[in-house]
Amino acid sequence: MFDFLFYLFAVIGVGAALFVAFTPNVVHAALALVPTFGSLAGLYLLLGADFIAVTQVAIYIGAILVLMLFGIMYTHNIARLSGEQVTMQVGAGLVVALITLFSLVAAVISTDWPVRELSEPQPTVRRLGVLFLTDYLLPFEIASVLLLIALVGAVVISHSVQAGKSKDPS
Amino acid sequence: MIGLNHFLVLSAILFTIGMFIVMTRRHGIMMLMGLELILNAANLNLVAFSRFVEGSIRGQAFAIFVIILAVAEAAIALAIILSIYSNQARINLDELQALKE
Repeated sequence: MFDFLFYLFAVIGVGAALFVAFTPNVVHAALALVPTFGSLAGLYLLLGADFIAVTQVAIYIGAILVLMLFGIMYTHNIARLSGEQVTMQVGAGLVVALITLFSLVAAVISTDWPVRELSEPQPTVRRLGVLFLTDYLLPFEIASVLLLIALVGAVVISHSVQAGKSKDPS
Repeated sequence: MIGLNHFLVLSAILFTIGMFIVMTRRHGIMMLMGLELILNAANLNLVAFSRFVEGSIRGQAFAIFVIILAVAEAAIALAIILSIYSNQARINLDELQALKE
């Protein structure tokens, strides 16, 4: 069952990612990220990381994808998109990507990982909470400040977008 | 039996696809999607190592920090892309030659 689920999620994730890489339509690409991120959430569940799986669904599918779809809607007349050249240097990119893939896979296979005995997966929410408020307290607080800065920065930058629009109606 | 290597190879494949998207796409938001794929591949690695090698959940804590950084990066990068678009009416990043007019 575990093997079957792994291969199911892997095929869905890689297939949708390949679709993202090759479809000419930006909206289709953004929507194809949903099965990619969803199958990754399933893989996290298989690895016993329940909190990360839920976070993945809530943040990636719920927040980042909606943000990107809004960005696409703001910037593109969707009907105009077809027929436009959307990729460049596919051949060179493919060569570099394949070289990277082969070196990564070779490194993974040739390394002798110190794999430990697998234990039954435990619920992680409580342990993660304790970890964030003890060992990782400083990074945790810095992350909160970072999110606040990102929020304020995004508002400031998009505010100047509005100002630029009123100055230049084109 | 599915082991650590399966997850690592899958993560390498996802990383490569994300890198391919970043290298070949001209559209700014598509490049962002490639970046998200790369970060997701890294996250899969972290969680797999925390399950198969480490035994504690520190890898998962790192994965959550990566997710936080991805969110901040997506918000700021999207705001910058929108700002450039409203200034220059261009979304393809290879056509950009200056950040402001």
